[in-house]
Amino acid sequence: MTLTTTGLLLEATGISKTYGAVVALKCASLAVRPGEVHALMGANGAGKSTLVKILTGAVRPDGGTIAVHGRPRTVHSPAEARRSGLVSIYQEPALVPDLDIRSNLRLTETPLEPFRHWLHELGLEDLDLSSIARRVPLASLRIIDLARALAIEPDVLMLDEMTAALPANLTERVLEVIGRQRGGDRSVIFISHRMIEIAAVCDRATVLREGETVGVVDVTEGSEERIVELMLGEGVVDMPTAAERRAAAARASGATARLTARDLSSGTKLSDVSFDLYPGEVLGVVALEGQGQDELFDILAGSQRPSGGELLVDGAPVSFHHPADAIRAGLVYVPADRAEALLMQRSVRENIALPFTARIRRWGLINAGDEHRKVDRAIATLQIDTRAHGEVRRLSGGNQQKVTIARWVAGGVRTMLCFDPTRGIDIRTKNQIYVLLRDLAEAGAAVLFYTSELKEVQLVCDRAIVIFGGRVVAEIGAANADEAALLHAAYNLRSGALMPEQIVAEATAVEAAVVVPADPPAARPTGPEADR
Amino acid sequence: MSAATAPVDSGRVALAGLLGSSARRNAWILGLLGFLALLLVFTKLIQPNYGVPGIQGLAISVLPLALAAVAQAIVVISGGIDLSIGSMMALISVVSATLMAGQSEQFDVAVVVGVLVLGLLLGAVNGGLAVVTRVPDIVVTLAMSFVWAGCALLVADSPGGGAAQWLKDLVTGSIGNEWIPKPAVVLVAVVALIWIPVRRSRLGLSIYGVGSDRLAAFRSGVSVGRTRILAYALMGLFAALAGLSLTASTGIGTPVPGPYTLMSVAAIVLGGVSLAGGRGGVFGPIVAVMILQIIRTDMTFLDVDTNLATVLQGLILIGVVMIGSIVQIRRARG
Repeated sequence: MTLTTTGLLLEATGISKTYGAVVALKCASLAVRPGEVHALMGANGAGKSTLVKILTGAVRPDGGTIAVHGRPRTVHSPAEARRSGLVSIYQEPALVPDLDIRSNLRLTETPLEPFRHWLHELGLEDLDLSSIARRVPLASLRIIDLARALAIEPDVLMLDEMTAALPANLTERVLEVIGRQRGGDRSVIFISHRMIEIAAVCDRATVLREGETVGVVDVTEGSEERIVELMLGEGVVDMPTAAERRAAAARASGATARLTARDLSSGTKLSDVSFDLYPGEVLGVVALEGQGQDELFDILAGSQRPSGGELLVDGAPVSFHHPADAIRAGLVYVPADRAEALLMQRSVRENIALPFTARIRRWGLINAGDEHRKVDRAIATLQIDTRAHGEVRRLSGGNQQKVTIARWVAGGVRTMLCFDPTRGIDIRTKNQIYVLLRDLAEAGAAVLFYTSELKEVQLVCDRAIVIFGGRVVAEIGAANADEAALLHAAYNLRSGALMPEQIVAEATAVEAAVVVPADPPAARPTGPEADR
Repeated sequence: MSAATAPVDSGRVALAGLLGSSARRNAWILGLLGFLALLLVFTKLIQPNYGVPGIQGLAISVLPLALAAVAQAIVVISGGIDLSIGSMMALISVVSATLMAGQSEQFDVAVVVGVLVLGLLLGAVNGGLAVVTRVPDIVVTLAMSFVWAGCALLVADSPGGGAAQWLKDLVTGSIGNEWIPKPAVVLVAVVALIWIPVRRSRLGLSIYGVGSDRLAAFRSGVSVGRTRILAYALMGLFAALAGLSLTASTGIGTPVPGPYTLMSVAAIVLGGVSLAGGRGGVFGPIVAVMILQIIRTDMTFLDVDTNLATVLQGLILIGVVMIGSIVQIRRARG
């Protein structure tokens, strides 16, 4: 273990990676000193996970160099990275589900005694090594993953959202164990969306923005502010204001909410989520990854049942046993993953017609003329490029997403649930989708819009709710919903309930500094035409 | 009756260890063994003079299919499937019979070793094609089933050839006790000598790992492509053993594939191997083959029309697997 003059344990420079047209990383760099816990920060999609996967050989970079102990390395597989002393805990457990824990340890050639030792340290003493991984709860799997990694004493241990799926007591043990790694000759790279954990265990933080390293910060008191600034970049200037929105009028006038959630819960992932969605508005949902938004949309779309709370459509309680129930109640779902919604091998026409053929059917036969007209109208409205109409899978991602929206528009939509509909599609199509969602709202539909791109909130939404740890922690009007405000809320830096007081104080100070110049809230007219 | 199940018992002792401590997997096998015992009792009831010849007949008819089922089980556990097992068996059978016809015993030993190596290669070709071309396993192996069947007919266009006497002796008669047929001993020995060491090795773990979750296995440091090819090569080895057992039991080589491919799939499903990969073992499929064969025999004793018997066999297969999964779902909930 000879260190060269740089004294760096791990140095990655100029790492780039593109997936098709999507640039995941461009010129990312990371330098880790021995004995430090190094945070890797960035908003959703900034490229943190991709960088970790490249460092551990799970993904090949398009360019850039990686040096361990000052010597250049190319790692082609996780096994090879492991031999070079680089080990990662991924967001999903890497245990083989059908093998028992002991076999999983043998597979990675993990020594048993150190494993038991770390398991004990991490507070999971009573694990039966002969239990099948499939039957072990997720939180325990994460702990096993970590103990397994610690047991082989890696030079650099990477933890990607390790704590996201852990209950509070286990999180504490994990942070304690990670904290104790400091000062030795090994290092930890720590990715977490929880600012408080970063402050607790990390020495320095590297911040990524849109696939680029934009800064390295020493983590001290008050550095959260600097980190958030870096994550946002200089672009925190006035977005086109959303002041012309008029949905507030509908609410003010006491119209019945199209969709009401009352104390919705789903296991430990979602608790007591309440909100109203009014006709004519686009309600944004903002959350960091894995805060319960997936469960919320699954419940609303009828593919999962809530463990508590109730759902009202037009003021009447409903309970969905199947997505068909939700569709019948007028709630239609546009997922981020097009493959979830489309019949990839079938034509554009069939895909659009599929959800509503049931409604235009007469005496068991599909009314082909009617179907044709409706589908044509939908294709025209959405400007779908139908040159490759034969098979949907040949369309571009953007056009596929337009088909998933078109299928609902064709049938006449009342309530649309969009889960990150613009993920991974080009800017032009994104804009078309924004316009379409606004048009739907203007026409009286209600739209619930989860997005991982914070700037979309001001472009599309009338207001937004922010979910953190399965709870709604903030509701922000579009005028105030700039990226800084949303990000603060998403990291739960503004709510006093879950944070130590001094951090809250700092957070509020930051907010005051950043939020105020964004937009004068007074400039929010309620147009008379909004009354219905 | 207890003596009749003796080879089964010794097999269970040998295989219980490799199946690990998974109570659930063993429960399925215990259920199958119970069903097998019931069938044997039933057979004795409808055919009071069922005895040593019956057991020997059962053993000799079970051997090729049991080896084919083991071959299929290994590939399916690794997350693939092979539809060319029957053709491979035919190819190995004619190659060995043609080469052995009229040769010395020493030469025949070399032939046996040679065709086993050939089996490994045929399997590795199937696996290699699936891994390299990324064409789904089911398509590659279906295509290869035509290739191997064609090769078999090129070697010999009609049944013929011969087999060494020692090879024929290996699968006829009994050893020690007259209730212990030689084919059963051969089966247990072959499986114990080849599969158990593999199962205990890192390769065995990797095969289960790759079949269970390719991504997790990859992240655990398993070379996915290599593991899949090795699983197919092992399959080829067992398919070659199955083909050799055909030559040994008939004394000639037949270039036309028997019904072994689909029967092997049926046997592994009945034997508790998940078609999704990663779950099951090779012992369950072997018991399943015995069950399928006894059902067949009983139908003959009962004078059921052969065609109707085939229909009933299919229905029994669905019924047993359905009952099994209902029991498993209940157990998982309770």
